[in-house]
Amino acid sequence: MRLFSNTAVLLQKELQAEFRSHELLTTASVFILIVIVLFSFTFDPTSAESKQFGPGLLWLAFLFSASLMMQPSFLKERTNDTLSALRLAISDPFAIFLAKLCANTIFLLITQLLLLLVFGVFYNVAVLSVFPQLAFVFFLGSLGISTTGTALSAISSQARMREVLLPLLLLPLLVPVLIPSAEATKALFEPEHPLRWDWLGMLIAFDVVFLTALWLFGEYLLEE
Amino acid sequence: MSQRVSRPAGIKLTRIEKKYGSLYALRRLGMEIAAGECVALTGRNGSGKTTLLRVASQLTRPTRGELSFPGLDNGEAPAIGYVSHAVMIYDELTAEENLVLFARLLGIPRPAKRAAELLEATGLATRKDSPSRTFSRGMKQRLAIARALLEEPGVLLLDEPGTGLDTESMAWLTATIRALRDQGRTIVMSVHGESSLSQLATRAARLEAGALIADTRTGATFQSVFATGAA
Repeated sequence: MRLFSNTAVLLQKELQAEFRSHELLTTASVFILIVIVLFSFTFDPTSAESKQFGPGLLWLAFLFSASLMMQPSFLKERTNDTLSALRLAISDPFAIFLAKLCANTIFLLITQLLLLLVFGVFYNVAVLSVFPQLAFVFFLGSLGISTTGTALSAISSQARMREVLLPLLLLPLLVPVLIPSAEATKALFEPEHPLRWDWLGMLIAFDVVFLTALWLFGEYLLEE
Repeated sequence: MSQRVSRPAGIKLTRIEKKYGSLYALRRLGMEIAAGECVALTGRNGSGKTTLLRVASQLTRPTRGELSFPGLDNGEAPAIGYVSHAVMIYDELTAEENLVLFARLLGIPRPAKRAAELLEATGLATRKDSPSRTFSRGMKQRLAIARALLEEPGVLLLDEPGTGLDTESMAWLTATIRALRDQGRTIVMSVHGESSLSQLATRAARLEAGALIADTRTGATFQSVFATGAA
């Protein structure tokens, strides 16, 4: 029970800090907006092309923005060595990961859902009719990105080339999230907009495997 | 899972080694600190003082050797208050929010009340709603000490607690550590040379290249530990 109460306290702190500064949400939103607008103007896709290629583009933008968003997750804890203070105060270090990955999932999901509407307008794709289904796919994809991103953020924050290391590690590792997320999103833009459980199953499996690995080995990622 | 207890405990370091790559930060270091002792650790930069304190606080796992806390029963772990070079507080949170956050994580009942007590004791009550990024070094250090004292720990590990403090803050810090020492808490602090802080110590130890080269309690050799390292 202590794990969940500590996670709740830390999650509240993460949300409080972000909603005060808006640093991550602003950066990620602006990045995704730029990608969406630039691609729209460069290729000027038809509605059919948008449904075909849009989901891939959207998820690539989400992925790159996530690497920006996850970077400070543990890096900011090094500024004043607050990570040590947390490790001294908390008996189960998984609470630190759980809080950070929950916060990252929430930030990513907010950004994605806001930018989805912009995507709908620029690419002439009806997104509102499948909004709940899209939100579900986005949640599973975001959870996978956040779990992996949070773990790698802990690793990269201790490395020498920490600014460039996270994207280099994160992007290849997230291919198993990118493909099913893009495919499941694409299916929702089809006329009958089915929920593709084969792709969603892959996403759920990825989330479960990486969450379990983080729970088992997370403690070692925080060691000096 | 161990239960954290606030009563003073000893610290026993047995043949502790810590290597970073091929570099030895600590070399087969053995030291037994009794409960209630106040130890001043001294030595040049890079002599291993910080590593020793981090190993004792269990933040860093030694490469070899054993750390134990005499005076505690099986299943008990000491509540440790740790103050490092970095202030270990969140710049974006206010003084009060910082203390309440850590009090809640530690499971302290009525965290707001405990935070208020410590803000009063550290003279920060009037600035409790200010973000700590607006604080001077001395005020941040007071807040760092308040955070370390939240749990009323029996063991205090202070890594150069006087760094960057002005005369007034240093006087406050000296008085605070004296009071904590007199309450019987085990204190280990790293210091640079002789100062008002080193005078509080009941035992002085000097490290050189990760090894303990001098360790004395009282008498004529005590002051020399801070001077040249001979003892």
